[in-house]
Amino acid sequence: MRKIAIYGKGGIGKSTTTQNTVAGLAEAGFNVMVVGCDPKADSTRLLLGGLAQKTVLDTLREEGEDIDLEDVVKPGYGGTRCVESGGPEPGVGCAGRGIITSINLLEQLGAWDEKFKIDYTFYDVLGDVVCGGFAMPMREGKAEEIYIVVSGEMMAMYAANNICKGIQKYAQAGVVRLGGLICNSRKVDNEREMIEELARQLGTKMIHFVPRDNMVQRAEINRKTVIEFEPTHSQADEYRALSKAINENTNFVIPTPLAMEDLETLLIDFGIAN
Amino acid sequence: MPKRRDYTNGLPDPSALRDEILKKYPPKIAKKRIKGMVINDPNEDQEIMSNVRTIPGIITQRGCTYAGCKGVVLGPTRDIINLVHGPIGCSFYAWLTRRNQTRPLEGEDNYITYSFSTDMQDSNIVFGGEAKLKEAVREAYEIFKPKAIGIFSTCPVGLIGDDVHSVSRDMKAELGINIFGFSCEGYRGVSQSAGHHIANNGVFKNVVGLNDRPRAGKFQVNLLGEYNIGGDAFEIEALFEEAGITLLSTFSGNSTIKSMEYSHTADLNMVMCHRSINYIAEMMEEKYGIPWIKVSFVGATSTCKSLRKIADYFGDAGLKAKVEEIIAREMAKVEAVKASVKPKVEGKLAMMFVGGSRAHHYQDLFTELGIRTVSAGYEFAHRDDYEGRKVMPTIKIDADSRNIEELTITKDEKLFRDDLVEKKAALESNGFEFKDYNGMMPDMAKNSLVIDDVNHWETEKLIEFYKPDVFCAGIKEKYVVQKAGVPLKQLHSYDYGGPYTCFDGAINFYVEMERMLATNIWKMIDAPWKNESELVGSLTIDA
Repeated sequence: MRKIAIYGKGGIGKSTTTQNTVAGLAEAGFNVMVVGCDPKADSTRLLLGGLAQKTVLDTLREEGEDIDLEDVVKPGYGGTRCVESGGPEPGVGCAGRGIITSINLLEQLGAWDEKFKIDYTFYDVLGDVVCGGFAMPMREGKAEEIYIVVSGEMMAMYAANNICKGIQKYAQAGVVRLGGLICNSRKVDNEREMIEELARQLGTKMIHFVPRDNMVQRAEINRKTVIEFEPTHSQADEYRALSKAINENTNFVIPTPLAMEDLETLLIDFGIAN
Repeated sequence: MPKRRDYTNGLPDPSALRDEILKKYPPKIAKKRIKGMVINDPNEDQEIMSNVRTIPGIITQRGCTYAGCKGVVLGPTRDIINLVHGPIGCSFYAWLTRRNQTRPLEGEDNYITYSFSTDMQDSNIVFGGEAKLKEAVREAYEIFKPKAIGIFSTCPVGLIGDDVHSVSRDMKAELGINIFGFSCEGYRGVSQSAGHHIANNGVFKNVVGLNDRPRAGKFQVNLLGEYNIGGDAFEIEALFEEAGITLLSTFSGNSTIKSMEYSHTADLNMVMCHRSINYIAEMMEEKYGIPWIKVSFVGATSTCKSLRKIADYFGDAGLKAKVEEIIAREMAKVEAVKASVKPKVEGKLAMMFVGGSRAHHYQDLFTELGIRTVSAGYEFAHRDDYEGRKVMPTIKIDADSRNIEELTITKDEKLFRDDLVEKKAALESNGFEFKDYNGMMPDMAKNSLVIDDVNHWETEKLIEFYKPDVFCAGIKEKYVVQKAGVPLKQLHSYDYGGPYTCFDGAINFYVEMERMLATNIWKMIDAPWKNESELVGSLTIDA
């Protein structure tokens, strides 16, 4: 089983990219499990057709320790197994601790049992790695490959670089490695070249460039992935290409994060600063 | 059993010992540590580094901020429910561990025998614990109907951002009793000292001044920084009562929240533990004009001195005569016991590393018995407790001390005691000293080694070097020290003993020292085979 976590700046399109990629893998016949690690619990919406699923932490709170796996794992598009860990309302409690609790509970319940023959687990993690809890998928080998969703916007690249610092820290002590950058285009000038260069400097590769297309929005409003909603659309092929690239990826590295000045130089070289 | 040293002609220069201790540390640590280890010269102004972070990895004596706030300052007050917001251990291990005694009057509330906690679980950490805290406050109110509830924050509360102050406000409005919170998370300061300050602020803000009751006596006083360990406060109370001094409130041995509410109607504040409570004394003076003096009731001599000082303050002939009468009567008893104990223990050596004032106060008791203090230090004191209040303006404010709220106090126009301010000025012009704490170091012998925040490595080396006859500290040090063949007297909990204050307390202490020191048992601490090469015995088989 390959264990993958998707990180990236808030609002960059992690959940959309993850679910479309998962749909691509499911279509190709893989058994995929998706664990949403965001208190907003919207990481599996497109795979479940908009079904607001009960989160692990809500279930834990209401049912106590006596939980069955079926209470929290729901079947989605193409036989995917979907889980939302959930968490507190904004400004209350500790969402990071929530993710730790919920992943531990899933393990206890045997969510990754042999009998499920899982090929892929995807962790979709909220925004920046703000605290230890959100690094949980990286720690203790919960996730072994990290993909960072990024765009040519400065703050997205800044966040990607920060996440690499986290990966570097945990990689030295464990098995986690960076698999590559996924560019979710914002139609910034020289975006492809810039992200390719950023990837090079981080010691990795941009494994796919996802162009911007309104079809993604339309599919989302219909609570579906593009692959399910318009299988013949060119954007569906982009996601198929991305899932293929992930499936065939063998380039796993400990990233070399950039110093702030180097990151700024990169932006200037590619003309954003003008 | 180490051989005793003879220090009749003064203490040896411990420079070599200090160097040997420091040699073990990495250079950066040694550079910092040396500033906290001073070879005392009572005639010089010497600076000691204190109230700074303990070096990680060192086995320190210190406790946490929460322990100082909940355990030390508010813990001994009986008619308030001290509710700990946090996991159960924080409440359980701060529950009655200091042996604070209390004596409720008939029908009065007493909650100090209970341990209150919100018992935070994983899900309270994840989803926030405010709802559970409110439930706990309601439940405590339902069951006990207390007049006041204090809410104490433990580490996770600060991490997840539960707002104990807004919960307190809401619950105060809902239940109509006094409820207030303390942001005393364990990590908030370098030691328990930060917790004392936070507790002082909270009590002053939320309790002091709530009840302007009419006068109840001719000489009204408060006792600050006395925690009634082993019944210490009972001794002091009895003395005051006989002398005709009205003790309004004690902060906080054998105390009630009710009495703290009218404590601002006093004529004089007496500060015993300067470190833990000088803040309230200062704030009461600013707001109400009540002057404060430093007192100590540990040791018969200090007790006489303190009683006379109070009588001098009031300047009343009757009170002075009464105080002298008590002193004459009690000192006769004290002298009789001293005469029998002193010859057995005189010349012995003591060491004490405890508290923020006890390491100073207890030297007086030892001096009365002719026992020499060779080395001493505090766990959590600041420079003023070592060097005297005169250094306060020069104490560097660092990020850790800035972390604690500094209250802005304004004069209470209605209740401010101009008469006391005048009285103070008049007395001062005659040489009477207020706010008179000169610290521990001027009272210690030349070449005694003063060490702040001593650790286990240093303790071992000190014992090797000085071979003391008695060591005073707490439970964490007790058995390590005793295994070295040196009896340890706990000055946090008194080892089931006490009281040790005032005249009867001094007698108790003398007898305790006789019991601990005039015995051969500590010579038997080594197993026989440690000193003898061979053991000879015989075996009979009974068939």
